Amino acid sequence: MTPFARLSPENRPIAIAAIFVVVIVLFGTVYTLSTQGTAPMLSPGYLLQQLQIGSFLGICAAGMMVVILLGHIDLSVPWTLTAAAMMATTVGGPWAIPTGLAVGLLVGLLNGFGVAYLRIPSMIFTLGVDSVLRGLMVAHTGGFAPQTTASPLMRFLAADRIAGIPVAIFVWAGVSLVIAGILTRTGLGKAIYATGAKEGAAYLSGIRTRGVIVAAFVISALCASTAGVLLAGYSAKAYQGMGNAFLLPAIAAVVLGGTHILGGRGRYAGTLVGVILIVFLNSVLSIMQMPEAFRQIIYGVVIVGMLLVYGREGGSRT
Amino acid sequence: MRDLILRNRAFAGALAMFLVLFLGYHALHPRGFSTAVFIQNANESVAIAFVAMAQTIPVLMGGLDLSVGAVMTLANCIASHLVTGSPVQMVLGMIVTLACGTAFGLMNGLIVVYGRIQPIIATLATGAIAIGLALIIRPSPGGEIDGDLNWAVTNAVFDFAETYGLADDGNAAWLQPFVNIPVPLIILLVIGFGVWIPFKRTVTGRTVYAIGSAESAAFMSGLPVRRAKIAAFTLAGFFASCGGLYLAIQTSSGNADVSQAGAYTLNSIAAVVLGGSSLLGGIGGAIGSLVGAGILRVISFYFRILSIDPLLQPLIEGLVLLVAVSLGALRTLRVKNRLELFR
Amino acid sequence: MQDAAALQGAPPTPYHEAGMDSTTPHVALEGVSRYFGGITALKDVDFQCRRGTIHAILGENGAGKSTLIKIMAGVLPPSEGRMLLDGRPVAFRSPAEARDAGIVCIFQELSLIPDLSVADNIFIDRPPRSLGLIDRRAQRRRSEELLARIDCEDVNPDTNVRDLSLSRRQMVEIAKAISKNPSVLILDEATSALTSRDVQTVYDLLGKLREDNVASLFISHRMHEVDALCDTLSVFRNGHHIETFGKGERTSGEIVRLMIGRDIEAQFPPKPAPVAGKSPALKVEALKWEDRLKGIDIEVAPGEILGLGGLDGQGHKELLLALFGVLKGVTGRIELGGRPYRPASPARAKRQPTSLALVPEDRKTEGLMLQLSIADNLLTPNYARVSTGPLIDRSRADTAIADAVTQLQIKVGDVTDKVETLSGGNQQKVVIAKWLIDDPDVILLNDPTRGIDVGTKQEIYRLMRQLADAGKAIVLYSTDYDELIGCCDRVSILYDGRVVAELDGERLTEENIVSASLNIPGGEAA
Repeated sequence: MTPFARLSPENRPIAIAAIFVVVIVLFGTVYTLSTQGTAPMLSPGYLLQQLQIGSFLGICAAGMMVVILLGHIDLSVPWTLTAAAMMATTVGGPWAIPTGLAVGLLVGLLNGFGVAYLRIPSMIFTLGVDSVLRGLMVAHTGGFAPQTTASPLMRFLAADRIAGIPVAIFVWAGVSLVIAGILTRTGLGKAIYATGAKEGAAYLSGIRTRGVIVAAFVISALCASTAGVLLAGYSAKAYQGMGNAFLLPAIAAVVLGGTHILGGRGRYAGTLVGVILIVFLNSVLSIMQMPEAFRQIIYGVVIVGMLLVYGREGGSRT
Repeated sequence: MRDLILRNRAFAGALAMFLVLFLGYHALHPRGFSTAVFIQNANESVAIAFVAMAQTIPVLMGGLDLSVGAVMTLANCIASHLVTGSPVQMVLGMIVTLACGTAFGLMNGLIVVYGRIQPIIATLATGAIAIGLALIIRPSPGGEIDGDLNWAVTNAVFDFAETYGLADDGNAAWLQPFVNIPVPLIILLVIGFGVWIPFKRTVTGRTVYAIGSAESAAFMSGLPVRRAKIAAFTLAGFFASCGGLYLAIQTSSGNADVSQAGAYTLNSIAAVVLGGSSLLGGIGGAIGSLVGAGILRVISFYFRILSIDPLLQPLIEGLVLLVAVSLGALRTLRVKNRLELFR
Repeated sequence: MQDAAALQGAPPTPYHEAGMDSTTPHVALEGVSRYFGGITALKDVDFQCRRGTIHAILGENGAGKSTLIKIMAGVLPPSEGRMLLDGRPVAFRSPAEARDAGIVCIFQELSLIPDLSVADNIFIDRPPRSLGLIDRRAQRRRSEELLARIDCEDVNPDTNVRDLSLSRRQMVEIAKAISKNPSVLILDEATSALTSRDVQTVYDLLGKLREDNVASLFISHRMHEVDALCDTLSVFRNGHHIETFGKGERTSGEIVRLMIGRDIEAQFPPKPAPVAGKSPALKVEALKWEDRLKGIDIEVAPGEILGLGGLDGQGHKELLLALFGVLKGVTGRIELGGRPYRPASPARAKRQPTSLALVPEDRKTEGLMLQLSIADNLLTPNYARVSTGPLIDRSRADTAIADAVTQLQIKVGDVTDKVETLSGGNQQKVVIAKWLIDDPDVILLNDPTRGIDVGTKQEIYRLMRQLADAGKAIVLYSTDYDELIGCCDRVSILYDGRVVAELDGERLTEENIVSASLNIPGGEAA
């Protein structure tokens, strides 16, 4: 019924989501032109600022996608992010960023162990890890916003600009290149798709599926901790609950980008488009000064609506 | 009896764990066992217990409902407007509240079955819609609930009878054995057993188990698979709205708190697992989740009486959850054919 | 041709009970054919079955027996022809419709729901109810009655099916079937998983059902069962109904020859003369696992194709999985190329100096990731081989993929197409090809030609011989006796987790394989 029918099932959601992004931008522009007579959404400065804010979500979503490709999920993202940020600011100085990433590495190893070796559903195990991390951070900070501040390097990476472009966007681009490279160019990436598609068949092909699962959770946690370090740099400090706003949008971005929630299918480009979609949707709603209530409803309707469109167009969704 | 325990090992384990924790709590309590403390415990457990029962049904089917906390919040906000006025108005308000939550669950079921969207994603999205609606209905916390109702429902049977002038204001001889039972506990048990046990004994309810256990065998046996899926989400909506309604009466207000809704959803999953249901489906039941919710709550009660640094509370709660689910995973060590791990 | 043709040409044999001919058969198939894509599973079959009889259906694997009963039970519609019930045409659209008409089938794959109780399963689709709710007391009582009827008083109706042994589960399946008061009861290998005590119970039950005027259709590979039990026997071969005759009219030798037939001679490549004295590539001694493998000894030399034969479920699959490191708790001695080898995982099996490969039983769930591309599937065991450091070298990967596609003549539009778009035969070639890229020394094949067309089968036969000639050692489990005889240098027959016979050279005949598979002392069937 549409030109989308010719696209492969992986690319169709990406194309639809990309068109929807354009629709959002046009809609926002028409709105601002008619109400204020300006078109901020088309100005490069505004777009770059939006992408800078979006880079934290983008990095979380990149890691989340790797786990979802396995048919698992990582619910520990919020407090992995927060813990990394808090530990980084606590240590401070040159060791701030390595400390933050080390937190991510440890969390990823723990999640991977629980899911791959104990075979506890990731849904519940990562949820437990999230609570434990929250507990550790509450115990560490006393439940208040820590007084420590971000190191200069964290500030630079998150808040500065090079040639007018926010450094955070470069970091996001770098993370994207690494993730896309892993997924398309390495044996690990191929093994992630294979394990997500049919773990039994992957195992019988001689893939060490447990190692693959651990690796995917480590990647996810490293991404979350990177986002945490950046976000602390952006805000100059870490604070309680700073990761809470990232979990569900990250999952939504991955799914809207066409990655199948049961694993095995999806392209990184889709996740990028999904993140941009959510970021722009957010900014249009901000411009329109949409109350939180309607924002929530619009999010829900967009997710269900787009998945229904993907399903109808694809016809082979199982 | 031994058979019964063996067959319901996970449930028996959860119940034992709950009883030990609960009795330990009262033994350690500085004032010993007291009705006041018991009533307070019960009050604080009702909402999470209902939401946990709500979560159980999609889980039994091998799915997950990420909207239960949001539906509970929505019902909470609706009730905060409607459960006031004359008795008839209040009853109508309660009915409308429960009907809204149930209808929301029905919508979830229809989207999952006819939209062919995975439950976890579909309910993630509809959960946002429910929160949005709740925020429209109740932009800032507040509301009005009939004071008598609040008093009657959140105290012991005696207070209930006294409030409404029943059984000689609660002094009737036949009522005396029951006067100290908390009303919230009765509500929970009546609705829990009264709805869940009959549902389990319908073909639809049995089909929910069959889908979670072996969907293809269920289909081959000619069971109503679609109907059962829709019913599972609908019933989840009903239980979630029961939780919301009670919360409104208990707190005399509605509060469209996004993070509270998320916390209820996640705790409901934890309660379901602690109560002995398998996230893979087919095993468990709503009564187990009631116990699971009880375990979660009792753990938090301990912090009030033990001189544990309250800052350690979230950590210990998280550790208990991790250890409990890890114990459940020990059976994987007994699997002799590794291919079975992947199914 | 000779014997079978003579038997085939014989005039229709009268049924054992005079007078039965005049009555209308309860179930009749007329001119029924069934095709799956290009494959003919049943061809122009006329078949009748009468009330009050126990009717055996005999035939080799792939003779069309399963398709026949699936059509009768409403699982599959016939491609051509029609079915009559008491003389009236019927067309079932689902198993439920067939069941309502009184035809109930016990399938090989269990239809029980593991996490529900025995009583729940027996009355799964139409439980006794009171006030709209399932009456568990009545359900329990009636389950007990049914279980008592099949001497299974020891089964507690409240037990979950998951906790029962395979034999008890099969008995529950039978109880579930008879709870529906069928007029036709179809048992597809229903006794293969049963203990001998339960087998006797089932015999007694079938006898009682015969008195109740029920028609029982009985599929079994156990010749002595058929002898003891059945009134009427029908032989199928290659989708054709060969002959129906009464009990005692044919010797078991004649029946075996009817089943084998001689019509299609697959084109097998010639076997080389046996070379003695080569040290084995794979040597297995006293291999045990759980209660499925009870001490297996086999060895296979480079250049040799060893067949594994026997009835389904005698431990073949477990043997191959054990060698490949999938099973835990395997005991015994294994040597690979003379070195001791302890299986731990497929990843380790494929990295041995004398490396292993396994083409698994179910290509759709174990061999392939259907939603991934052909190229990705071909690469799954070979990332290390085509990578430089962590990065996949695209040109090396493309070369390996192209070589594999050419070597196996896989008919592909584009290697980036999903593997699920390929035909069954080409899918199987992908499974084999992905392992050949890995260049294994010992190749384990679990029924690689099942469900694929004759042309592709012959390509696979030639390929196996080429691989053997190139010095690979091959272990082939096949349910197709022709294949074992045509392809293998030696065949070990498994029965109940043990090797009961080893056949080679002159002794590698269909009669001997069938006899050994049924564990009849050698030569009796011939």
